[in-house]
Amino acid sequence: MSELVVTLLKVLFLALLWVFILSAASVIRTDLFGRTVQASELPQQLEQPHRPRGRRRAKQTPRAVEVTNGNKQGLRADLFSGPVLIGRSSDCAILLDDDYVSTRHARIDADSSGGYYVEDLGSTNGTYVNGQRITAPTTITLVDSVRIGRTVLKLVS
Amino acid sequence: MALLSEVPSVVMVHRKRRNVELVMILFAQAVGLGAYALIHLNQSARLPDELPVVAGLWFGLGLVAHLVVRLRLPYADPLLLPCVLLLNGLGLAMIHRIDLINEPPTSGATQQLMWTALGVALLVLTALVLRDHRPLIRFTYTLGLAGIALLLLPLLPVIGTSQFGARIWITVAGFSFQPAEVAKVVLAIAFSSYLVEKRDVLALAGWRVLGLDLPRARDLGPILLVWLASLLVLVYQRDLGTSLLFFGLFVMMLYVSTERPGWAVLGTAMFALGAGAAVLLADRVGQLAHVSVRIDSWLHPFDDIDQNGQIIAAQFGLAWGGLLGTGLGLGRPGLTPLARSDFIAAAVGEELGMAGLMAVITVYGIVVARGLRTALAAKDQFGTLLATGLSFVLALQVFIIIGGVTRLLPLTGLTTPFMSQGGSSMIANWVIVALLLVISHQTRKPAATRLEPSPDAEETQVIGRDRAGAGGRR
Repeated sequence: MSELVVTLLKVLFLALLWVFILSAASVIRTDLFGRTVQASELPQQLEQPHRPRGRRRAKQTPRAVEVTNGNKQGLRADLFSGPVLIGRSSDCAILLDDDYVSTRHARIDADSSGGYYVEDLGSTNGTYVNGQRITAPTTITLVDSVRIGRTVLKLVS
Repeated sequence: MALLSEVPSVVMVHRKRRNVELVMILFAQAVGLGAYALIHLNQSARLPDELPVVAGLWFGLGLVAHLVVRLRLPYADPLLLPCVLLLNGLGLAMIHRIDLINEPPTSGATQQLMWTALGVALLVLTALVLRDHRPLIRFTYTLGLAGIALLLLPLLPVIGTSQFGARIWITVAGFSFQPAEVAKVVLAIAFSSYLVEKRDVLALAGWRVLGLDLPRARDLGPILLVWLASLLVLVYQRDLGTSLLFFGLFVMMLYVSTERPGWAVLGTAMFALGAGAAVLLADRVGQLAHVSVRIDSWLHPFDDIDQNGQIIAAQFGLAWGGLLGTGLGLGRPGLTPLARSDFIAAAVGEELGMAGLMAVITVYGIVVARGLRTALAAKDQFGTLLATGLSFVLALQVFIIIGGVTRLLPLTGLTTPFMSQGGSSMIANWVIVALLLVISHQTRKPAATRLEPSPDAEETQVIGRDRAGAGGRR
């Protein structure tokens, strides 16, 4: 090959190396600004609760939340009229008079697939599903029990 | 209502950027393949016969790595893989180029390609098995002991072997291996989990001397242990590079986790003291002659041409390369002993010139910068420390070896990550990249929940509402 071609190829290769670095730099630049999305659009990964093995998932659809144990035993809240808020605040559908319960403690709402999940709203003492403290929204069915403070709630059909 | 912590309605999430990654990977691999083709064009004016096979294998490796990341770690950093593949490709091309000097040509590049494939396989394995780095925090002491054991393994009588004056190899069943390369990954994990656990006591207790916060004497245990281990490596393995790498890693991680310059100052002083004493004693203790030779050939290489032939040849090569290099395949990197391993930076500098060597260093810089960026953004302290440690160990290694080759520092035998010939280094560095990808995936993926679990302990607390005495009812 002629001297000229060799030099041209040499310079071309070095240019290619630096073009790689420049494109890497532009990837870094565009990477600084992610996409902004509505928080509600974020995928809500629902955690599966620790459920003792052998119990089948109940077939009926839940209609309400009921307090099954605690000083408000028997109190029910309808699930079809939107999210059910649980706490000490007066705007909660299930109002619990308990020192271990935060003002707005937890929420039970429908998920996209027709089931229901419970979400802790940053409470002090936590929300427990089948005895395990939840750290993320967790799907619940008729067999699961949700403990908030000294109160146990269940979905009922 | 005011008590309710407000959840922001608009949040920023990272894009997945897998297509950008794919384009950059193809670009990087094309550069590597281009180097390979160019070497043959320049040397024999025709393309190599094996080009289609090599191209198939090479792009296949990149695609496998990309697909696994796309499926298992979709939010991982988009630049780590392309940059690493660029360095790896250039390294393979350079090793192949040096293979061609021998008559008949040796097969170093083929071996190295196999090691690269093993590295990619380990990346795949890491991505499949370990999607989340957090479980690693449980193995603090196991990994710490394993790391120190690996580090000192070459000192064992039967399996430890000495090459080129440094006893850093083990030979088992005909395969030689550099356990220190694996130890650097293991110890980075161990140090970070240890420091997550102990950072408060290391950061808060202590006394102040001359405006500098110094730690308490009783907290010095771990740093003394690592210091002793690194001195052992220095004295008995005669390897300043490895010794510096590990001690530097530990001191830097201490500094990052505690945010106290006192640790960094103390660590540097301890290492300088240890290494200085070693050098001063070198004349009297035969064990250390190696180190003082290295210092001599750093300061006055041209005084003793027989002893410093390697470093002199590298300097002449770099000088001959100049700004744009001699062109791939047209220099004489074979004149430098070990041009394919320790001195690959000199070979790159000779054939690609300063422009090429700078580009290579910049690509290392990008890898390290992306690692540190991941560390800054990581949601958990363990992730932060681990990403910092892994990026730093890579940066320090590049600095020590390229600094040694260009005579900025005394030369110490470390490998140039992803480029030098050597299997242990190749697979260890691919595992580092795999871990960085895992951490960056965990860091960049949008949070699954809108609410963080409350950070306080699990125990039940009573928040008094209207009764002053309510707090007593526990």
